[in-house]
Amino acid sequence: MNIKEITIIGGYNKHRELENVRELTIKKGEIFGIVGPTGSGKSNLISDIEQLAQGDTLSGRKILINGEIPPEDIRRNPRKKRIAQLSQNMNFLADMTVEEFILMHAKSRGIERENIVDKVINLANKLTGEPIEREYNLTVLSGGQSRSLMVADVAVVSDSPIVLIDEIENAGIKKHEALNLLADYGKIVMIVTHDPVLALMADRRVVMKNGGMCKIINTSSEEKEVSKRLSEIDDWILSLREKIRHGEILGLDNVIKKQYM
Amino acid sequence: MEDKENGLSYKGIKIAIVAGTPGAGKTSVLIHTIRSLINLGFNPAVVKIDCLYTDDDIRYKKLGIPILVGLSKDMCPDHFAIYNLEEMVEWANNQSQNIDILIVETAGLCHRCAPYTKNTLGICVIDATSGPNTPKKVGPFLTGADIVAITKGDIISQPEREIFRERVLEMNPKCRIYDVNGLSGQGCEEIAKEITKTKSIMHEELEFEELRHSAPLCICTLCIGERRVSKKYHRGVLRRIDGFTKYLGE
Repeated sequence: MNIKEITIIGGYNKHRELENVRELTIKKGEIFGIVGPTGSGKSNLISDIEQLAQGDTLSGRKILINGEIPPEDIRRNPRKKRIAQLSQNMNFLADMTVEEFILMHAKSRGIERENIVDKVINLANKLTGEPIEREYNLTVLSGGQSRSLMVADVAVVSDSPIVLIDEIENAGIKKHEALNLLADYGKIVMIVTHDPVLALMADRRVVMKNGGMCKIINTSSEEKEVSKRLSEIDDWILSLREKIRHGEILGLDNVIKKQYM
Repeated sequence: MEDKENGLSYKGIKIAIVAGTPGAGKTSVLIHTIRSLINLGFNPAVVKIDCLYTDDDIRYKKLGIPILVGLSKDMCPDHFAIYNLEEMVEWANNQSQNIDILIVETAGLCHRCAPYTKNTLGICVIDATSGPNTPKKVGPFLTGADIVAITKGDIISQPEREIFRERVLEMNPKCRIYDVNGLSGQGCEEIAKEITKTKSIMHEELEFEELRHSAPLCICTLCIGERRVSKKYHRGVLRRIDGFTKYLGE
């Protein structure tokens, strides 16, 4: 199925009132942000889309693909699923190695590809400073390693036209590189974020409140300019972070030279 | 259904046997499922089997449906459920509501006994947070099920959910899998629809009803491999659902 757009038909907020936003359509190629305070329902919105809810979740939302109710098997069968989701955390309840995890996930998605394990691990290792080896047990991975593995897994194994990202910023990994890996051209990308740089990279964003979609904001050209400046500040802070990570000592000149504020 | 309206002839009863690990969410899933069944116009009744104690009947009673509790005490709860299947159907038939669906919620302990019979719908409720190796460990209550309801998938990541599902399919390739949420009831309507599609069993057919899998060894005739459900084939220490315990044999 060629996915051109998805539509979210609004349901209810936590107080069982109708959501302000009654209908929202996101087209192929768009990056869409989801913002709002903690507990405002951002992750639930993502999960409604992942499950292609049909009024059967707490929110009562319905998700349409190309304007129509998606067929049953697309909702259930991972082999037919066209949605990839990067969650905030992975519990790794499994007592299995990185290699077994990748092979098992590829099998569940019906993907047979040569060197898929190497491909995922190489990609993950571009995002993290501490390399992952195929025989590592999942339970011993550090936060940064497991996050990188999740990103690489979403990019390679669950490569799908719809990509849902639930907070990528607090992972101790290179968030821009991660986002570039996930948000390929021609995909529908929805990203939950508290990060102004990522939020303004989106073309539009929905503001969540009390579990409901409250309003939609179009990123203005002024905001795009703000985003550019913020990116520069971000790069600068990242460079300071790397210095600290590598045992360097920072002086006032590191701050004074850059007069962004 | 027509016969239900004029009440003239008994069309039998659909039986769903639900098994699953303790805490997997069997009762929560069933409560939502039963609500859907009622909305679809059916009259379900529930038998809850447990070992020593249950208060699940209070939750079921709120639905306004007939509920019978069977405590197996020192008998294996799955053996107890099998041995009492005819009583349960009789009990359901004796209710005033024209019961057309009987749901048996088993205690679910050792995973080795699967109380599913050939002409009932076997539903396995399994918790995704128990880890992807669980489907390999649990045995006949998963491998013999028609329907597998996976709970708590919402609290693990997408790849973990997909791997868990794959493991279930490896163990039971023919089952139909539903992701269900015991809190919101998501997925339970589909389980309800599966139950309504089950064929009805006439009371007299129960005499010939057989288990899908033999139960493990213990101290009664079931323990030595008897698969026929009817009471007349059983010997040993046997406890009836009304609490009457007897020894039959030499």
